[in-house]
Amino acid sequence: MPDEPTTRKTILIDPVTRIEGHAKITLHLDAHGRVADAQLHVTQFRGFEKFCEGRPFTEMPSLMARICGICPVSHLIASAKACDALMAVRIPRAAEKLRRIFGLAQVLQSHALSFFHLSSPDFILGFDSDPARRHIFGVAAESPEIARNGIRLRQFGQQIIERLGGKRIHPAWVVPGGVSEPLSVANRDAILVALPEMLTIAQLTLEWFKGVTENFREEITSFGNFPTLFLGIVKDDGGLTFYDGKIRIVDAGGYVVATGLDPATYNDFLGEKVEPFTYLKSTYYKPKGYPEGIYRVGPLARLNIADRFGTRRADQEMAEFHEIQRTAVLSSFHYHHARLIEILYCVERMQQLLDDPEILSKHVRAIARPNSEEGVGVAEAPRGTLIHHYKIDDHGSMRWANMIIATGHNGLAMNRSILQVARHFVHAERLEEGMLNRVEAVIRAYDPCLSCSTHADGRLALAIQLVAPDGAVIDELRRK
Amino acid sequence: MIRASTIKTLKIDDRDFSARHDETILDVARQNGIFIPKICDLKGLSPVGACRLCLVEVKGSNRLLPACSTLVEEGMEVTTTTERLQRYRRNILELLFTERNHVCSVCVSNGHCELQTLAQKLDITHVHFRYRYPNLDVDASHDRFSVDHNRCILCSRCVRVCDEIEGAHTWDFMGRGIESLVITDLAEPWGTSETCTGCGKCVHVCPTGALFEKGKSVAEMLKRREFLPYLTQMREEHS
Repeated sequence: MPDEPTTRKTILIDPVTRIEGHAKITLHLDAHGRVADAQLHVTQFRGFEKFCEGRPFTEMPSLMARICGICPVSHLIASAKACDALMAVRIPRAAEKLRRIFGLAQVLQSHALSFFHLSSPDFILGFDSDPARRHIFGVAAESPEIARNGIRLRQFGQQIIERLGGKRIHPAWVVPGGVSEPLSVANRDAILVALPEMLTIAQLTLEWFKGVTENFREEITSFGNFPTLFLGIVKDDGGLTFYDGKIRIVDAGGYVVATGLDPATYNDFLGEKVEPFTYLKSTYYKPKGYPEGIYRVGPLARLNIADRFGTRRADQEMAEFHEIQRTAVLSSFHYHHARLIEILYCVERMQQLLDDPEILSKHVRAIARPNSEEGVGVAEAPRGTLIHHYKIDDHGSMRWANMIIATGHNGLAMNRSILQVARHFVHAERLEEGMLNRVEAVIRAYDPCLSCSTHADGRLALAIQLVAPDGAVIDELRRK
Repeated sequence: MIRASTIKTLKIDDRDFSARHDETILDVARQNGIFIPKICDLKGLSPVGACRLCLVEVKGSNRLLPACSTLVEEGMEVTTTTERLQRYRRNILELLFTERNHVCSVCVSNGHCELQTLAQKLDITHVHFRYRYPNLDVDASHDRFSVDHNRCILCSRCVRVCDEIEGAHTWDFMGRGIESLVITDLAEPWGTSETCTGCGKCVHVCPTGALFEKGKSVAEMLKRREFLPYLTQMREEHS
C-alpha cells in the first residue's frame, strides 16, 4: 500500500446538533476526495446495566427511567413490565389502560419535539439556510403558526404526563404491578376537553407536511433509502400497538419474515454487536447475520410492519402512506411523515381509552412478591422497540440487567444512512455547511436518543475539519 | 404519678423560659417552637448526641454543647443560631452526604426523608467535600424489610428503638469510625436473625430510606413515628 493511506482524509462533525444526546460523525475520504466510509460515534458512557446490580427490583422503573429525560415514560413502562414479569402478576385492566395513555402522551410529546423543535427548521427554512437562524426560533419567526402548534402539542403531551404521574419529567407513578394512583374524574375531563384541538393540529400539520414533501425529492432518495428489515411489536391481529404485543419483522418488500415472536425470547433472534468506535451497541437479526441482519425500528418501521392502527383517521393516513411505495416504505426521510401519523393516532387512541368508564377504576395495582427470577418488559418507545430484561435473586435484588434501546436497533441503519447521504452530498474539494447539515439531518430523521438524557439545542458549536493523516488541518468549517 | 421536679429558668435566643430540671435544651426549644436541627434525636428514645447537628452555644462554656443531651440549668443563656453554628451544621450534613450514596431521585423515602428535609432547610445546594462512593450492600434477606447501607447515617435510632422499646436488641454497630455499619445479631443476614421479632419499629424510626418495607417504590415509604411517645408512656405507667 504505497500511496493510498497517506492521501486519506477525515471529516469530523462534532457534536451533531439538534438531536437528543451527544454524538459525532466521522467521514473518511479516499484519495480522490470521495466519501469512502462514515461512522456515527455515540460518545457517552452510561453504565446503567452494571450499577443497578444489587439494588431492589422495585427501584428499577425509577432508576432506569433516569436513562432519558425525553422519554422517561417509555423506560418506566418497559421496566415496570419487566417487574410485572418478575412478580408474575397480571396487572389490573385499568392500570394497563392508564399505562397505555401515559405511553401515548409520551410518544406524542416526544414526536412533537423531534418534528417541530428539532427537524422543522430544515423543512421550513431549508437545509442550506443560515445555521444561525435554523432553529425553532427561526421557525417561529418564519411560520409562527407551525411553531405555536408544535409547542402546544408537546405541552399537551407533557401536561397529560403531569396529570397522571404528578410531574412532567421522571414521574414515579408507574410501579411494579400497575400504577400508584387511579385517575381522577377532573383529570380525565381536563384531558378530554383538549383532545379536539390536538386532533386539529395533528391533521393540519400532516396536510402541510404532505404538501411540502415534494420539495425534498433529492433528500428522499438519499436519506437512508435502502432495503433493510423492519422490526416492531404488533397486536395479535396485526394492529399497531405501543404497549404490548409480539414482535414482527418484515423485509424491504413488505413481506413478513417472522411474526408472533415472543419478546421475552429476543436473545434467540437479536444479536448485539460492539464496535470499537462507539458506545452504542448495534443490534442485528441473527438469522441473517451481521451486518446483513440490519433492521430499522421506530415510526417508519411501525407503519411498515403493522396492518392497521385501529383508529379511523390514522388508518386513512396509513393507506395513503403506503401509496408512497408499493413495497415497504424505504427512505428514512419518511420517518417524519410516519411520526406525524402516529401523533394523529395518539390523539385518537387516547380518546378511545378515556371514553371507557373503566379508566376511572380505583383498582390499579397488583401487590405481589417476586415470583420469577427473570423478567422481560417490552414496549414501543417513540423511537422504536424498547426491551428491558432483568434477573433477580431470591430476595428480589437485581443480579443482572440488559436493555436494548430503540436507538441501538437503528445503529447499523444510521451508519449506513450517513454513508449514503455523505456520498451524495459531500464533496471534499468544496465543503459547504449545508452538505454537512444534511449528514446531521439524516440522523435527526431517526430521532436518536443517544444519551437518552439530554439534547443539544442547535446552538452548540459544530466543527468540521479536513485532517490529513499527519494531523494537519487541511480545511475547516466552524459553526458558532 | 407526678415526680418531684425543680423548675429552672433560662434564656434561649434572648427569650426567657422555665423548664423542669430533667428537661434538655432541645425539649424546651421544641415545646416553644424554636427550630434546632437534629437527626439522631427522636422523642421517645434516649438521647445519644451522635449527629452533632443540634450543637448550640451556651454562655460561659468554651465548647459547643448538644442541645439533645444537655440538661437545662438555672440562669443558662443559650444561642441556637449563629453563623458559626450554621456553618458547622451545613458541614456536618454535607459530610453525611459524602459518606454514603444518597440518591434521592430513586429512593423510597424521597420527599419524606429527614436528611433531605434538613438539607433543604439549611439551604444546602452543593456538597463541597469529595464523595466517598462506598460499595455497600443491600440486605434484602428479611421477608418484609430491607436495609440499604448506602442510605444509613449511623444515627442509631434503630439500635435504640430495638433495645429500649422492643427489648430485642437485634440491631447494633460493627466496625469503627468511617467503617461502622449497623448490623443484625452478629452481623448475620437480617432474614436469619433469631432475635428479630419483625415488629418493624426500626423501619419506622429510621430517618432516611436505609430501612424500608419491601415492595415500596420510589417515594412511597411513609414512616409513622407517633407511636413512640405513647409506647414509652404506656410502659412507664404499667411498670
